[in-house]
Amino acid sequence: MRTASPAPSRWALRVVGLGYLTLLLLAPLVAIFYKTFEHGLAPPIEAITSTNGLHALKLSLLMVVIAVPLNTIFGIGCALLLVRHKWKGNALIDSVINLPFAMSPVVIGLALFLLYGAKGWLGPDLAEAGVEILFSVPGMVLASIFVSIPFVVRETVPVLQEIGTEQEQAASTLGANAWQTFWRVTLPSIRWGVAYGVVLTTARVLGEFGAVSIVSGSRSGETETLPLYVKKAFDNFEFPAAYGASVLLALLALTTLLAMNVLKRKEDA
Amino acid sequence: MGISVEGAVKSFGDFQALDDVSVEVPDGSLTALLGPSGSGKSTLLRAIAGLETLDAGRVTIDGEDVSTKPTQKREVGFVFQHYAAFKHMTVFENVGFGLKIRKWDKAKIADRVHELLNLVQLPGLADRYPSQLSGGQRQRMALARALAVQPQVLLLDEPFGALDARVRKDLRAWLRNLHEEMNVTTIFVTHDQEEAMDVAGQLVVMNQGRVEQSGSAEDLYEHPANEFVMSFVGEVNRLGEDFVRPHDIEVVLEADDRTEEGVVKRIVALGFEIRVEFVLGDGTDVWVQLTRNELQRLELREGQIAFLRPVQAKSFNGSTPSDPPGASTPQGSDDGGDAEVSAAV
Amino acid sequence: MEAHAQSRPVAPRAGLHLPGVGTGLGRGTVVLYLSIIVLLPLAALASKSFEDGLGSFWAQATSPPAVRAYELTVICSLIVVVINGFFGTIIAWLLVRDSFPGKSAVNAVIDLPFALPTIVASLVLIELYGAHSPFGIDIALTRVAVVVALLFVTLPFVVRAVQPLLIEMDREMEEAAASLGAGGFTIFRRIIFPNLLPGLAAGVALAFARAVGEYGSVLLFAGTLPNTQVSSVFISTQIESGNENGAAAVSVVLLFTALAMLGLIRLFQRWGSKHERSQGAGAGGLTVMPMSGNFTEKEADDENR
Repeated sequence: MRTASPAPSRWALRVVGLGYLTLLLLAPLVAIFYKTFEHGLAPPIEAITSTNGLHALKLSLLMVVIAVPLNTIFGIGCALLLVRHKWKGNALIDSVINLPFAMSPVVIGLALFLLYGAKGWLGPDLAEAGVEILFSVPGMVLASIFVSIPFVVRETVPVLQEIGTEQEQAASTLGANAWQTFWRVTLPSIRWGVAYGVVLTTARVLGEFGAVSIVSGSRSGETETLPLYVKKAFDNFEFPAAYGASVLLALLALTTLLAMNVLKRKEDA
Repeated sequence: MGISVEGAVKSFGDFQALDDVSVEVPDGSLTALLGPSGSGKSTLLRAIAGLETLDAGRVTIDGEDVSTKPTQKREVGFVFQHYAAFKHMTVFENVGFGLKIRKWDKAKIADRVHELLNLVQLPGLADRYPSQLSGGQRQRMALARALAVQPQVLLLDEPFGALDARVRKDLRAWLRNLHEEMNVTTIFVTHDQEEAMDVAGQLVVMNQGRVEQSGSAEDLYEHPANEFVMSFVGEVNRLGEDFVRPHDIEVVLEADDRTEEGVVKRIVALGFEIRVEFVLGDGTDVWVQLTRNELQRLELREGQIAFLRPVQAKSFNGSTPSDPPGASTPQGSDDGGDAEVSAAV
Repeated sequence: MEAHAQSRPVAPRAGLHLPGVGTGLGRGTVVLYLSIIVLLPLAALASKSFEDGLGSFWAQATSPPAVRAYELTVICSLIVVVINGFFGTIIAWLLVRDSFPGKSAVNAVIDLPFALPTIVASLVLIELYGAHSPFGIDIALTRVAVVVALLFVTLPFVVRAVQPLLIEMDREMEEAAASLGAGGFTIFRRIIFPNLLPGLAAGVALAFARAVGEYGSVLLFAGTLPNTQVSSVFISTQIESGNENGAAAVSVVLLFTALAMLGLIRLFQRWGSKHERSQGAGAGGLTVMPMSGNFTEKEADDENR
């Protein structure tokens, strides 16, 4: 049965739903591309390839290169722990992992700021030892890891639950030891879930603004990621630079969406 | 490679899955672990494979105590009810998995895998993925995978449970033949008594974490140790203290001192076999298995009064299914406490 | 294989035990990682906010500008989840039950706010609904801008919470209702909606949590004027003006709001799993996250129906 919804009401729903989507999501997406390229390709490209623009891009990629692998390894291990090893601490771990989802990035940034700042718990000692965390790359990395901790865990847990343990048991009856079982059976079975989590982690790290803006100090050419670069360019009325960097980020976002779609299909297959 | 389990105990929280179980499986035999769900049969099988760690007791394979040996060193072939196919691998890779783990070289693996795929009648499907196979094909692939590493023993956990009736029947016969050919000690778990009797040479009947009786199909049917076994391996009527199989009741039209009066409630024709249901004077329901010829001779009608005479009844003198652990008996012998009552005709 | 106690008789299935993962070392590593990355900073935050005693914390947390920021944040967030609860359900319904050209593209675009950096969202919203708006709508630097920015950011949470429930919903229920004489709207009100409610509530709670903490998308579009400052923006202005204690106090309030929302989401999920097949509840007693259904579910499956 097609739900017995007469044609007019179905059309009304379509107009309302899709109209809302158009105004809220589609129009902004079109607008950003239009706005960026309204004076041709040159201005945005020039802005992006400027020294500061390139540096921001490199720094954003550096965040990804450090935070994503760390959170991926942690995420897989943590998911295994949560699903396969009953422990009374698991509920607590689960709650802590969910926190960054629901927390304001500004609060995350402030917490790091207060821990590693000049008057913080660790700041003075670390400064004495010559380790700079706040207003430099390590602090930004910590913020990126914090905000993106949940994704791999969250995407891996349900897949691990779904595959169950029979395949792993079968592998062990065939002579595989625990590591062989993990590499040859478990990991290949959860790979799309993990990959999906990695995509979400990457997107979050690339786009993070609030937490990083507080811990970085946002010094151009030094501690400025792409989102920070967008903000500063906008504040300084350098619109081609702001839009150029935004388009770059939007393209990365679209790539993310594409990857998410492809992976979702693989996962369901 | 004989298998012996001595005094196996395993509980999951409050649930006692195995309660002092001892079983002997002779070398080269085909043995069925038979019992209702929750009887501990799967747990016993998994303990033999090392997939479950016993709380107490010993598992011996070919004279060697393997109780503390991890699964991957026990050299057992295990077949799971839901196949446990490696979904991300082709049939070829599935079957060759154990050989790859054992670091065989590629050419040898290929030879062996194709040999096995022929054996399980799946030649030409090597490059398929498990999702492209039918249930029966998947189970045969799982069997090939287990056999590829030439295990000392083959363990099958409800191997046909997830298959439909037709396929199940085919695979039974096929498993029996395979066992004759390979002669590897095989244990399989099932809750289906017909399947157990059809396939296995030796049956071990389990209930509530204990072994009720073990022996050949005929032993169990003819000389059940207790009411549980009697009712589990075949149909049974209860007449007061006595238990009698539906084909061991004679229906006559004239009463004598050994008959009971009953009213025919329903007559069900199941082909050649006829099932006649009676209600006795005290309200007990009894059914009797007759042949078509017998029915025609008696000319029974629904509502008619007839007389039932048990030809062969058993009573177990109050012994209950959950006998003391000693109830596990060696093959063929009857438990001491049971009396067999044969009514002379 | 290491022996470990299983409390449930139904699932005694020991799985893979990686060397290390289940041991003290593995747990220790996980706990240490979380402590360094998450707990230690939060502890520093809490300690800072209570540095001058409870009285001072209370004064900072309830200062008039802070309270004004909470009010704005909460009111806007409530408006936003109501609007998105309504439109999100309609969109989810369209994606699951309707078919129209371009549906799979629409389905993909739902996650855009999730993938698009919030600062970029802010910039784009200014372009569309600011001084140079092509539609002639200028709402930048107003409270309406706060609402619009939050609508943008939270839409996926509602849609992705409702969508899998609609996909899995047993259509026989609706057919049964129809056979009993119920009309389209009655079916929706009496059959579909009650079944969606727990998931919708969880999605709305997550959207609310997200809205309360939102920063980047609001920052440029609504600005930092006193009357458009949401709590996050208020915190950042306090940091800039050197009032760390004030920023920390308001942050702790937001942190507790987030925790409360997570607790609420758990309750909704438990409520939802009551009329679900009990299979989901099995999963080792692990309470699954707020979004467990959101991104992994099989919405793509249904696209071609």
